[in-house]
Amino acid sequence: MQGSYLKVDGLTKRFGDHVAANDISLNISRGEVLALLGPSGSGKTTMLRLLAGFEQPDSGSILLDGIDLTQLRPAERRFGMVFQHYALFPHLTAGENVAFGLSDLSDKDAARRVAEVMDLVDLAGFQHREVSSLSGGQQQRIAVARALAPNPRVLLLDEPLSNLDPTLREKTRTELRTALKEIGITTIFVTHEQEEAFALGDVVAVLREGKVEQIGAAPELYENPANKFVATFVGRASSLDGTMLENGRVKVGEGVEWESRPAAGVVSGAAVDVVVRPEHLSFGETGLAGVIRSVRYNGARAYFTVDVSGENLEVESSVHSASVGDSVRVSASQAYTFVKQPA
Amino acid sequence: MKRRTGLILVGFLLWIVVYPIAIVILESFRDAEGWTVTPLIGFVREPSEWSALWNSVWISLASVVSAAVVGIPLAFVFEKLEFPGRRILGALVALPAVLPPLVGVIAFLFLYGESGFVARIITEVLDLDESPWRLRGAGAILLVHSYSMYVYFYLFTRAGLAKIDSSMTEAAQSLGSPGFSIFRRVTLPLLKPQLGAAALLAFMTSLGSFSAPYIFGGGFRVMTTRIVTSKLNGDMPAALIEATWLAAVALLGLVMFRRFSGSRSVAVMSKGMAARAATIRQPMARWGATTIGWLFAAFLLLPHITLVLVSFVPLNGWSTEILPSSYTIANYITLLHEPERLRPLWNSIWMAGVSTILVLTLSLWAAREIVQRKVRLRGTIESLLNVPWAVPGTVLAVALATMFSVSAPWVGRWVLVGTVVILPLAYFVRNIPVACGAVVAGLRQIDPSLSEAAASLGASKMRTLWRVTVPLIRPALLAGGALAFVTAAGDFVTSVVLYTFETRPVSIEILGALRAYDLGMAAAYGVVLMFVSAAAMVVGTRR
Repeated sequence: MQGSYLKVDGLTKRFGDHVAANDISLNISRGEVLALLGPSGSGKTTMLRLLAGFEQPDSGSILLDGIDLTQLRPAERRFGMVFQHYALFPHLTAGENVAFGLSDLSDKDAARRVAEVMDLVDLAGFQHREVSSLSGGQQQRIAVARALAPNPRVLLLDEPLSNLDPTLREKTRTELRTALKEIGITTIFVTHEQEEAFALGDVVAVLREGKVEQIGAAPELYENPANKFVATFVGRASSLDGTMLENGRVKVGEGVEWESRPAAGVVSGAAVDVVVRPEHLSFGETGLAGVIRSVRYNGARAYFTVDVSGENLEVESSVHSASVGDSVRVSASQAYTFVKQPA
Repeated sequence: MKRRTGLILVGFLLWIVVYPIAIVILESFRDAEGWTVTPLIGFVREPSEWSALWNSVWISLASVVSAAVVGIPLAFVFEKLEFPGRRILGALVALPAVLPPLVGVIAFLFLYGESGFVARIITEVLDLDESPWRLRGAGAILLVHSYSMYVYFYLFTRAGLAKIDSSMTEAAQSLGSPGFSIFRRVTLPLLKPQLGAAALLAFMTSLGSFSAPYIFGGGFRVMTTRIVTSKLNGDMPAALIEATWLAAVALLGLVMFRRFSGSRSVAVMSKGMAARAATIRQPMARWGATTIGWLFAAFLLLPHITLVLVSFVPLNGWSTEILPSSYTIANYITLLHEPERLRPLWNSIWMAGVSTILVLTLSLWAAREIVQRKVRLRGTIESLLNVPWAVPGTVLAVALATMFSVSAPWVGRWVLVGTVVILPLAYFVRNIPVACGAVVAGLRQIDPSLSEAAASLGASKMRTLWRVTVPLIRPALLAGGALAFVTAAGDFVTSVVLYTFETRPVSIEILGALRAYDLGMAAAYGVVLMFVSAAAMVVGTRR
């Protein structure tokens, strides 16, 4: 990754016994949008608060353009932040909220800047509205406008779309992406939804228990997951036990061998975790024997949950290929294999 | 940086809150010879002291019971039943709160005293030779206490009932519980924290109550009056020992009531619909409830009306008649035109104002340390803020009088007794719990990310405080400030220990007028104080 603009080096933060951020390192280029993706409790919000300066790390450093910011207070960092619940000041109007960070400018310049960013978020003319009279989507855009108004060096967003209803979410996502790219601002945002991470982020960092599991662009994470957690957390996948064979294939049952993409460290003869995506599984004459337990329809395709000796496999197939209760055989065109992790 | 401001705050609170009380306790273990427990033991051996302490305790417990008996049913009636005038009456019922303790006491004196309106009417109607009763002793004190303290039970119970989610009682109904069983097994346990808080408040107020025993006590002595008498007689060692004993009893009461009510609030676990008041449909019941409601309101308002009436009575203008024969506004004119008459009023207002500004500043500081910066010492700070509340006002006054009558700057003691500083300082210390309680609670309700948002937008700490924090907690600041101001402006118990002629507040002047038998003047001061208090409460509860 050339020319890193924001560099996070070995950042660690403990709350009592709990390690919320465990030796996290990241490099972000200027203008890049990074998504921090992880389940709740993975430390992604702590990461964002460390970057904003609301928390002080126990060790590690944050550098911007080669200058260490770790000791700077939030007010000195010039990082914009959009909070999950927006944190709009309820006693100020929309325009006063946006102007809050512009106290260095003259009233005239501030008003001009407010009009500019409110136009950017498509809320021109809303300056005098009470915050409480705005819809959820409008509040979200005011929060973005407020954070952008002082021309921050980095924009931080905490679950920016989580408080919007699903129909609005997709539209706002597209608009946000367009706005971020138009300004070309370096952005880090936190989300627990992979769809959001992939749609908004140029690069996605998958977090678990305070550690970065993998960083990469969406296709890379999907096609080359670094471990079982990333493989199952990013995209849909089922997992089962297997044994690695010498020919590079993996044995998942008596006489059943699948094509595999072994991860680093997998040696032949070892017991491995096998992870398969629904689209790589199909019904056929050979393969693992199982019974269809349930079907979830999704347009012309459907997801079948197949019970294979106690393990559930999810298979994507055409709607009419099977029905609940059928005995089927399942085979895979491709499977990931990982060194078995202690359960 | 973070730790230092917290430490400074703890240091300040230790100096102004704990140190004076510690001095009182330490001094009571000393005599001319050196360290000793003889005087403390002597206290126990002295029957008059012992009975005063016992009087204090039982009258406080009795006050709690009688206040609860009036306040709790009243709260249920106003929260659960809908009848004509419910809204207005519900507000009127809180009226005793705007009567400062001494003013309430003299209003009772004019109304129910042996030469008060009620006694005169009965004497006249029954053609008696003398008043059928004397408003004296424990009964009189208890009457005043229940009048002023049922408000705690009324307000706390109503607040508790409003918070109880109707789905909880509905759940009990759907599980087949009959009405009374729901009350006993669901409603009461949910109200327990509120009832416990009200009981504790009533107990501590009664234990520290001074005005009622002072005016009505007669031969019935309680600890507060004994302490003040000892202090005014110049017997400081006795005052210190008595103060130590009263403080010990207060602490014991605090611990026991806390244990009863538990510290957890269980009433706000879910958000949902509050129960709606049931409309009474039956005409007779409807009329009954309305009549009882208005009669009760009239009873509550009588002291206020009496006070206003008496304030128009000229000197010696009310001797044997049922109602005074002549009325005049001369008392008010005198009050406003004679500089020496106006001075106490001005004193009360400026001293209450200064102490209120100081205590609000402290409460903002403390709230920021406790809520926003979450300093490690926040538990300590919160406990220290509550100390003045656990100590009866008389004890606090004696403690401050002791601490600030010695010049020893190297141990943080200066001579302030006899200066204009001591009374505002005493009011300030007394009001720390109420003001800080309101402001800390107010700040707790503010989303912490609001001040973080301000910081991330480059705002300095001062700018965040003035542009974001203060406007957001304005209701809490106003409420806490109003309560502090009202308490300070109407204060009698600390003032009587610490005032000088130049700094005498209204309460002391009322006492003077009463002793000169200038009832009209005393009532006029009381009316002014009542309106000042009411105005402050109106400002304080505005949203």
